[in-house]
Amino acid sequence: MITLNINGKQRALDVAPDTPLLWALRDGAQLTGTKYSCGMSLCGACTVHVDGAAVRSCSTPVSTVVGKRIRTIEAADADKVGQAVQAAWRKLDVVQCGYCQSGQIMGAISLLQKTRKPTDAQIDEALQGNLCRCATYVRVRAAVHEAAKQLGV
Amino acid sequence: MSEITIQNLSRRNFLQGAAGLTLGVCLPLSAQATFVLPDAARIEPNKRFEPNAFLRIGTDNSITVISKHLEMGQGTYTGLATIVAEELDADWASVRIEGAPADASRYNNLLWGPAQGTGGSTAMANSWMQLRKAGASARAMLVAAAARQWQVPVAEITVAEGVVRHAASKRKARFGELALAAANEPVPESVSLKDLKNFRLIGKHVPRKDSAAKTDGSAQFTQDVQLPGMLVALVAHSPRFGGKVASFDDSVARQIAGVVDVVQIPQGVAVLARDTWSAKKGRDALTVQWDDSAAFKLGSDEILASYRELAKQPGAVARRDGDAETAFASAAKVVRASYDFPYLAHAAMEPMNCVMQLSSDGCEVWNGEQFQTGDQYALASVFGLKPDQVKLNMLFAGGSFGRRANIHSDYLIETAHIVKAIGGRAPVKLVWMREDDMRAGYFRPAFHHVLEAALDAKGTLTGWRHRLVGQSIMAGSAFEAMMVKNGVDHTSVEGASSLPYAIPNLTVDLHTPKDIKVPVLWWRSVGSSHTAYSTETFLDEVARAAGKDSVALRLDLLAKHPRHAGVLRLAAEKAGWGKPLAAGKKGEKRGRGVAVHESFHSYIAQVAEVTVRADGSLKVDRIVCAVDCGIAINPHNIVAQVEGSVGFALSALLRGEITLKAGVVQQSNFHDYSLLRLDEMPKVEVHIVPSAEPPTGIGEPGVPPVAPAVANAIAAATGKRIYRLPLAGQDLRG
Repeated sequence: MITLNINGKQRALDVAPDTPLLWALRDGAQLTGTKYSCGMSLCGACTVHVDGAAVRSCSTPVSTVVGKRIRTIEAADADKVGQAVQAAWRKLDVVQCGYCQSGQIMGAISLLQKTRKPTDAQIDEALQGNLCRCATYVRVRAAVHEAAKQLGV
Repeated sequence: MSEITIQNLSRRNFLQGAAGLTLGVCLPLSAQATFVLPDAARIEPNKRFEPNAFLRIGTDNSITVISKHLEMGQGTYTGLATIVAEELDADWASVRIEGAPADASRYNNLLWGPAQGTGGSTAMANSWMQLRKAGASARAMLVAAAARQWQVPVAEITVAEGVVRHAASKRKARFGELALAAANEPVPESVSLKDLKNFRLIGKHVPRKDSAAKTDGSAQFTQDVQLPGMLVALVAHSPRFGGKVASFDDSVARQIAGVVDVVQIPQGVAVLARDTWSAKKGRDALTVQWDDSAAFKLGSDEILASYRELAKQPGAVARRDGDAETAFASAAKVVRASYDFPYLAHAAMEPMNCVMQLSSDGCEVWNGEQFQTGDQYALASVFGLKPDQVKLNMLFAGGSFGRRANIHSDYLIETAHIVKAIGGRAPVKLVWMREDDMRAGYFRPAFHHVLEAALDAKGTLTGWRHRLVGQSIMAGSAFEAMMVKNGVDHTSVEGASSLPYAIPNLTVDLHTPKDIKVPVLWWRSVGSSHTAYSTETFLDEVARAAGKDSVALRLDLLAKHPRHAGVLRLAAEKAGWGKPLAAGKKGEKRGRGVAVHESFHSYIAQVAEVTVRADGSLKVDRIVCAVDCGIAINPHNIVAQVEGSVGFALSALLRGEITLKAGVVQQSNFHDYSLLRLDEMPKVEVHIVPSAEPPTGIGEPGVPPVAPAVANAIAAATGKRIYRLPLAGQDLRG
């Protein structure tokens, strides 16, 4: 048993210590909003926050995040930044297939927490590792700007 | 378009129920409907209702539209619901959407004959009149029920936003209040459909219905399905197509905690575990010896070399106009070029997967289900069931781009064999890792094209010869007899054999090598994914050779194709064609290129602006698109689909390539099959041609013109012509 702090709750999970956080979340905690796509930190679909920083959960063993604060897409609305990002995503209809969007959104929240009014270049830098096969990129960028606008400076 | 009256073919076969009105078109009496809810829970059909085809109205005012097509990102759910809600005059906020069960008698794709499935950008096109009638019939019955209750004439009743009103008596009722009474009304013999000018939803900005669930993690994909007692299966597959298991050692795998069973299946060796990570560890711990005696062992270089040899001989004729031989014999100038196109993987973000459960009365599947009828037959065959004993729950698909509509039902059959091998004792979720997905084949086929153009002394195009060499998608499938005519698979030559330009002497022919055993499949835009490139870059080269402007030459040759010409003019105008392009930085060369192409009855022209930097690297700056897809049901989504198509096509143009060495696929994940990234996405402008024509598709048609427009822009910038895709590794400096 490994106990993790997920979305503000202590969760005891019956997973091996080498299990990537991704699979502990999905199969252990039944939080399936975080997605598997590459398993090698190559696409960003599995992005969650660990102590506020965006990490690739597919390559993060659960043993390394014990005692840390883990936040997933299911708690994206837990703060104003997350709410603004989700609202912007919905306003601009960013999603297409939607499979990568949990990761895009968690990446965008992390960016906006550090940089309240990011430039295009800063958005590119922060989110260029989040692949979208539907190529919703035009709207991802616009939605980050929209969320920043809603949050004010 | 004027107000039209249509005959409603519906049988009167809905019943009054306790909770609302059930409506549909051609409802079978015996069908059982099971719908997938967003939380993947299932509800049993309410026995007091007839199962409905497309619409259910609850006494709680809920409007449920049943989508017969898969939502894989292209906006189908929203689009189909919009059509129903428009004619129903529903309150859009009350509308929800459910995926239809597999039942071709009600949910067949009207452009696919008796088969149910999604593809070929047909969802809106085939559903347009069907769903307008469904919505209009329901509206008429609600109105009739109100007229009867209120004892007022039908003609005095109005409907808006889900409310039925009689102004003179100041009476009104929400749909839910009338649902039970409406269920007693006769199905109208005919219904009036709205005039286009009265549309309130169609053509307006209607937000996607799946945005909320796809931004809070609650949207259910196949990957997310959890059933009690379910086992997760990973499979060790042969590295070569056609390889078989010779022997395997699972002793280490079976000792891994969580691993429950290891079974051999025709596709390889499957490890079943209680969770995904344990299954992966188990799969990776297998030692498998493969029997490659019947496996395919050629490399992609050898395949393309053999295609170039084949191209020296005439192939099966796909189109012949006039007398190309004479035109070439008397030509003042001949332009010739050949093109190589690689295999391409779909690489949807959700790798292929499937959940399956066997029960006493059949087999139940949870899947991003794109080809219900084919998959029902395929699974029935594995289990010895009747096709209608295969129940398919259609979930959201995390992309597909054609991959999930597999005429060979590959990953579903693989799942079925695992379920069969364990005697159906547990539900199974097949999970492919990215590497399994990348190497499983069913690629866009590699192709070699040769094009020749004959010009007379005035530079007029008098002859055109186009020869294609590549594998048939339909060969070996149940559809081969139907889809391959005179040795020509239409999906191999579409876009080439349908060349719209007025060229008096034209021949298109095709070689279909039978000895190449790489599994191939349609990939977003199918044949046009390569034919648009060769035809549109070659025509550009011909225009240069003839000393003509690329847009002017095309317009000259499109006199009989006003929709092609219409989008071409619009794109050229919006892009400022003919005006000088702003200069780049020192050492940079900039260029503008154009392409126009029809696919799936939609017409798109694109003008690309590019910068070739001093180091030879490419920046695609802007793509201006003009689209004619008939009536624009959801302009916001049309723009999104074209934006996405630009990105999808650029991935392939820049770096997309699956290669084989000795039969083994060389790519495995996103590091060596890399997709376009946010920072590489150009500005995209989309202009929609106003139209009263019936709607056609938009999921695919944005893809074909991108690569040729960009390649033509590179040629305009540096003079360099690109005859081999992708661009990676090629010097673009001219």
